[in-house]
Amino acid sequence: MTKNVSGNAKLAIQGAGKRYGDVLALHDCSLEVEANSIVSIVGPSGCGKTTLLWSMSGLHRLSEGEIQLDGKVIVKPRPEIGLVFQEANLLPWRNLMDNILFPFEIKGQKPDRAWIDHLLDRVNLTGFEKSFPNELSGGMQQRAAMVRALSLNPSVLLMDEPFGALDAFTREEMNQLVEEIWMETHTTIVFITHSIEEALFLSDKVVVLTPRPGRVLNIYDVPFDRPRTIEVMAGKEAFDLHHRIKADIYRQERRAGAAAAE
Amino acid sequence: MSEKTDLGGRVGKGLQSLSSFGSGTTRLEIAAIIATAVTVIGGLELVLRWLDVPQYILPPPSAIAIALITDFPLILPHLGHTLVVLLSGFGIGAGVGLFLAAIITQFPFAEKIIAPYVLILVTTPMLALVPLLILWFGFGYAPRIIAVALASGPMVMINSATGFRRVDSNKIALARSYGASTLQIFRKVRAPMALPMILVGLMIGAIFGLLTAVGAEMVGGGYGLGNRLTTYSSMIQMPQFFGVVLILSFLGIMIYVIFFLIGKRWASWET
Ligand SMILES: Nc1ncnc2c1ncn2[C@@H]1O[C@H](COP(=O)(O)OP(=O)(O)O)[C@@H](O)[C@H]1O
Ligand SMILES: [Mg+2]
Repeated sequence: MTKNVSGNAKLAIQGAGKRYGDVLALHDCSLEVEANSIVSIVGPSGCGKTTLLWSMSGLHRLSEGEIQLDGKVIVKPRPEIGLVFQEANLLPWRNLMDNILFPFEIKGQKPDRAWIDHLLDRVNLTGFEKSFPNELSGGMQQRAAMVRALSLNPSVLLMDEPFGALDAFTREEMNQLVEEIWMETHTTIVFITHSIEEALFLSDKVVVLTPRPGRVLNIYDVPFDRPRTIEVMAGKEAFDLHHRIKADIYRQERRAGAAAAE
Repeated sequence: MSEKTDLGGRVGKGLQSLSSFGSGTTRLEIAAIIATAVTVIGGLELVLRWLDVPQYILPPPSAIAIALITDFPLILPHLGHTLVVLLSGFGIGAGVGLFLAAIITQFPFAEKIIAPYVLILVTTPMLALVPLLILWFGFGYAPRIIAVALASGPMVMINSATGFRRVDSNKIALARSYGASTLQIFRKVRAPMALPMILVGLMIGAIFGLLTAVGAEMVGGGYGLGNRLTTYSSMIQMPQFFGVVLILSFLGIMIYVIFFLIGKRWASWET
């Protein structure tokens, strides 16, 4: 993978801040995401991760700073960006295929059936096209949501704790699926998670945010080749990274706790 | 679904119990249901005959059935009148109610202002207005249709508004992330999400409409099933009277079944 030089980033977050009434959710947050890389964002609950991701998707207006995609400031949702929500967020009154076709209906665009069928096959959902969300397991729903997001061939995929509600085994399967899809498409992925294992397995970079208002505390490079094996992920280097990220998060939480106690 | 209103839940359960008549019923259960019906009706027949209860107090089921069959040609035009009143009144009331609910829920401020008036419309029995409506509009269809519209419209409106208010911000964000317009969000997210509650509103509205139609006909006189009730009871033709009551129960059940089937087809994702 070629490393892009700074200034040539796919996504550039510059001094991003977001205020909800009295709550300052995000402040002075800057980060660059290289094209074709996977970047994970971890941080304590409520530190503004969803806020940051929704701002990248164009769903939220920032109160301070700006976010650029391919050098252009994001002011509204853009077709190059695909979003996977915290829950699968399928429309319960539509079957799986109609859920996947939903974006095309909104855009009045002809769906690429061959690509959709390929994606469905990739995530093992072939044959479930007519099933309704309440007939699918949590993992299947989230896989369908991934197909929906990828069906438009986005150049950036934003994922907000997509597997947080799944059990550990399903989650690992899903992580492998994301890796496989990335090896096929090389889509730039920004991945929010509260699992450090997940972040290390998937990412080229792990970004640790501070407690609210969210700001970038540290960025860790994860230098392992893909596909990543169990051996590498259980190795010393991964262990050390895991430990440092964990220490970052815990140290801050203790500090935040102490500040709150005063 | 994250939110669920009491009413929706209750009617949903009611619909479920009705659906238990459908597919999952065994032969034995069907036999038991029929046997019970035969026992109740037959038992009533025997008891009434054995005790020699006069027909003007309570006619036996057989007399009601015979009256219903022989007098049906006489009752039929009145059924037609009632259906015209019900369908046009309900159509107008439901249409306006649905439209207002869709508009008003887009403006929370306006909604707060008109809420008390809607509540008054919902809670006031519109039958009370029928004498006034007759004074204004005469003895024709108009006052009855207006009464039915006034009775069913607010019911449809208040339930549909509950449905439209059921916003799931993630689903709306999903649509917005694909660049959906306000109208698209309404058509493809808000409306389908509201549909189960709309159907509940339409069903309750139709039942209220039926009650009001019959009541208005009792007051207004001349024609309609309600008028048949007052006429038959004043002439002490009790078998015919109960025949009309049976037709009215049948209409009520039909309303229920129709909306149940629509719900099963279009809103089954809710349960
Ligand atoms: N729409 C909103 N209105 C008001 N406050 C909000 C809103 N969305 C998020 N917040 C607040 O902003 C902070 C960051 O939220 P969020 O971005 O969801 O955090 P995270 O995803 O990291 O858990 C939280 O304290 C949350 O309560
Ligand atoms: Mg979040």
